[in-house]
Amino acid sequence: MSDMDDMDDGSGIVKKFMFLNRKAPHGTVYALEGLEVVLITAAFDQDVSMVFTDDGVFQLMKGIDTKGIEVKDFSKTYRALEGYDIEKLYVDQASMDARGLTEDDLIVDVTVLSVDEMANLMAEQDVVISF
Amino acid sequence: MQFGILVNEGPYTHQSSDTAYLFARTAIEKGHTVPRVFFYHDGVNNSTRLATPPQDDRNVSARWSKLAADHGVDLVVCVAAAQRRGINDDVLAPGFRISGLGQLVEMGIQYDRLVTFGD
Repeated sequence: MSDMDDMDDGSGIVKKFMFLNRKAPHGTVYALEGLEVVLITAAFDQDVSMVFTDDGVFQLMKGIDTKGIEVKDFSKTYRALEGYDIEKLYVDQASMDARGLTEDDLIVDVTVLSVDEMANLMAEQDVVISF
Repeated sequence: MQFGILVNEGPYTHQSSDTAYLFARTAIEKGHTVPRVFFYHDGVNNSTRLATPPQDDRNVSARWSKLAADHGVDLVVCVAAAQRRGINDDVLAPGFRISGLGQLVEMGIQYDRLVTFGD
């Protein structure tokens, strides 16, 4: 999707970046353009976590087919994240429950967290960017 | 403290850009620094000099330009998001420049805080 050459801001600093994905994959552009930022941040060798909460859990759902709405299907990118050393994927338990989803419905391996666990994880971050 | 600011919505339809501007201006007034503001998603639409809002309303892009002129704030517009939305160098208001997402990541790495304004 993006230029994945290693980038460097010259400082050698590694910070914990959390990307909070709250929106459905289609309907708005946030998920697609958000993913671009995640990939660039990984190219800067930062410590990247992705969280999927609210309708954001639909981004990882199996069987997405965008033919009918004639927009790009980028769901394959989530499966490629491992190749960019993005392996910390978290989903919010309550958001999954509210939408009738389980881990079996998702295209990638994730860690399911309770609200309290999620809050603790967020508190550990240096930068939280929400899309 | 150094604040980086991310603006994710366009002008007028959403309040995000106004709130971001007021935050940036106030932070500077209080003695903090805002070295850069990054415009992403529809936020890139804040950068056009072609907007001509009514005289009795604020001019969103013009006041960003003034903030840049007065305080040296670097106004960066994401190139990929801009290209999708018809924003290019020909339409940029003063003080804005087009660059890559790396400029956003740098804000997160280098500044004390990165504050997002969006929906």
